[in-house]
Amino acid sequence: MLLALGTQAAVAQTLKAVQDRGQLVCGANGTLAGFGMPDPQGNWVGFDVDFCRAIAAAIFNDPTKVKFVPLTPADRFTALQSGEVDVLSRNTTWTMSRDTSLGIDFAAVNFYDGQGFMVRKALKVNSALELNDAAVCVQQGTTTELNLADYFRANNMTLKTVTFATADEAVKAYDSSRCDAYTTDSSGLYGERLRLTDPSAHIVLPEIISKEPLSPAVRQGDDSWEDLVRWVHHAMLNAEELGVNQKNVDTMLTSNAPDIRRLLGVEGQFGQSLGLTNDWAYRIIKAVGNYGESFERNVGQGSPLKIARGLNALWTKGGLQYGLPVR
Amino acid sequence: MAETVRPSSHQARRFGNIVLQVALVVGVGGLAYAAIVNAAQNLAHAHIASGFGFWNNTAGFDISQTLIYYSSSTSTFGRAFWVGLLNTLLVAGLGVVLATVLGFIIGLARLSRNWLVARLAGLYVELIRNVPLLLQLLFWYNAVLKALPELRGSVALPGGGFLNNRGLFLPRPEFAQNFRDVLIALLFGVAATIVLRLWARRRQQRTGASVRIAWFGFGLIVVLPLVVFVLAGVPLSFSFPELGRFNVMGGVEILPEFAALLVALTVYTAAFIAEVVRAGVLAVPHGQTEAAQALGLRPRTTLRLIVVPQAMRVIVPPLTSQYLNLIKNSSLAVAIGYPDLVQVFAGSVLNITGQAVEVIAITMAVYLAISLVTSLLMNLYGHAVAVVER
Repeated sequence: MLLALGTQAAVAQTLKAVQDRGQLVCGANGTLAGFGMPDPQGNWVGFDVDFCRAIAAAIFNDPTKVKFVPLTPADRFTALQSGEVDVLSRNTTWTMSRDTSLGIDFAAVNFYDGQGFMVRKALKVNSALELNDAAVCVQQGTTTELNLADYFRANNMTLKTVTFATADEAVKAYDSSRCDAYTTDSSGLYGERLRLTDPSAHIVLPEIISKEPLSPAVRQGDDSWEDLVRWVHHAMLNAEELGVNQKNVDTMLTSNAPDIRRLLGVEGQFGQSLGLTNDWAYRIIKAVGNYGESFERNVGQGSPLKIARGLNALWTKGGLQYGLPVR
Repeated sequence: MAETVRPSSHQARRFGNIVLQVALVVGVGGLAYAAIVNAAQNLAHAHIASGFGFWNNTAGFDISQTLIYYSSSTSTFGRAFWVGLLNTLLVAGLGVVLATVLGFIIGLARLSRNWLVARLAGLYVELIRNVPLLLQLLFWYNAVLKALPELRGSVALPGGGFLNNRGLFLPRPEFAQNFRDVLIALLFGVAATIVLRLWARRRQQRTGASVRIAWFGFGLIVVLPLVVFVLAGVPLSFSFPELGRFNVMGGVEILPEFAALLVALTVYTAAFIAEVVRAGVLAVPHGQTEAAQALGLRPRTTLRLIVVPQAMRVIVPPLTSQYLNLIKNSSLAVAIGYPDLVQVFAGSVLNITGQAVEVIAITMAVYLAISLVTSLLMNLYGHAVAVVER
């Protein structure tokens, strides 16, 4: 670890290092369906995976130039701090202590999530408030672990926590009824439910007990790299808002709308100011699609998870996703 | 060789050696110092918090097994450290005792003249020591979990306990004030038995006649405290576990994670200890046994007085290594969610504070300390049982 922390010189020049390497190294989940997981053919797929592919597309015009490193919650921050990965795109909650004391910076909230509970239908529990004295399986090293203790304390309930190092082990233990409930971010609950022996025997309780703004993170100290990562997210949001998608992006190049012309690099020098080419956003949309397309394909209606847009709808549709202006 | 070297050149060489050694120590120390300073600078440069200020901050997470008081809302990271350390010591301590007992039984069984017993012991050793411990641990954990009934179908144990896939729940003994008298009687019984035994041994050395003290010992250690127990008005009651809506409430709880880890460590290490014991016994020349038989000693007495004392000096050093292995292997707890030091401190605490360097350094230092203490105790014991040459 002492040696790994000795690679400070590389920190300030992340974009150049990535370009020289010819590949982006992306810290991803590895076991969470819909967010980050290799498919049966070994191709990485998921919402967080798409985000890294979008960065690679912006830099190399090739979404396959990414090396994915599967990380557990326990080793994700160390991997980022030590320079093992260029960007951490792994359903990570943006909290104050992480932002201020870990030497990392969060780029942009790309998924508004909240913690929930999953229980067996047979228990006939309708609310998390009925879980007094229940045994709850949880993954350690997460905000989930802390929220769980807080929630039970705040509602004067007692609980028996059974903590596991990985989500895999926690879910397996829940599945073998070591615990009455399993808790994680509600997006994760839907994904994990698919892996249970009998998914239909389990329900997700309605309570959302915490705010979990999930955000990609970068090392602190390289502001231009942080800018790049942040604007990849906002380019995808703006594309959705402006109706630019993977199918129509080529015809949109001839659009007269000034917002679209700036986004796609027909006008202005926005790409160059990031250290990229001016068609950076065109490349992202061509390769990965806009925010809505990535969402629906991986976790929304086009996926087995069927998660509703909810808070992640565009601000114009009652959600919180608000693309900053490209101007 | 000493004759061919003149004193002055011998001294010069010795001086040179000392200079070399001092230089080496300074070099290694300087390197370590530079590494620490470098790490501290890098941490500061990367805006990563460092230092041990987190120790007194509130932990905020729950732990499933706590031997000392711990509350997620008020206890500190430091308290969580002690909880994890005690859990490690509990499973390692019990594991060492049980593995020793099982290992000695298997080791001696493998030397048995009974063909079946010897083969079964051999099969045990070959089967267990050739499968990775982690796999065995997962096997025990999943086998234990899958085989046990769920809460609704809990097995009610005679005497008011429950067994299900949440663990083993036993009545919790509650001691009244005058239970103290029973303890005093027990202590007295043990002390008296020791004195009696010393007397018997000295008498045997003086006169050659052996005195049987087993029944006196039984009377002093078991019957006497029992009598006091009844006279003191049975100062003991039990709080029984009850089936709640989700879990068994009350009583003493033994977690399946704990049971699986303890069984895995015991079974695995016992296989190695069995081989150590077998080697130790075989190292005693056969002539010793034959001489004892020629003197008319019975097989059991031969084993106790002739074979074991000589075997022990061969057994103790490798046995120490096995104990150290067991203690370090207990950190595999992390794979099944038993809250040991690694799981709690190098897991949850590390992740919440993000201070990897400090937390890992403390954890390593603790394992080092436990191992060194174990090693020291075993060396003292080794000296105690070493055969005194006359």
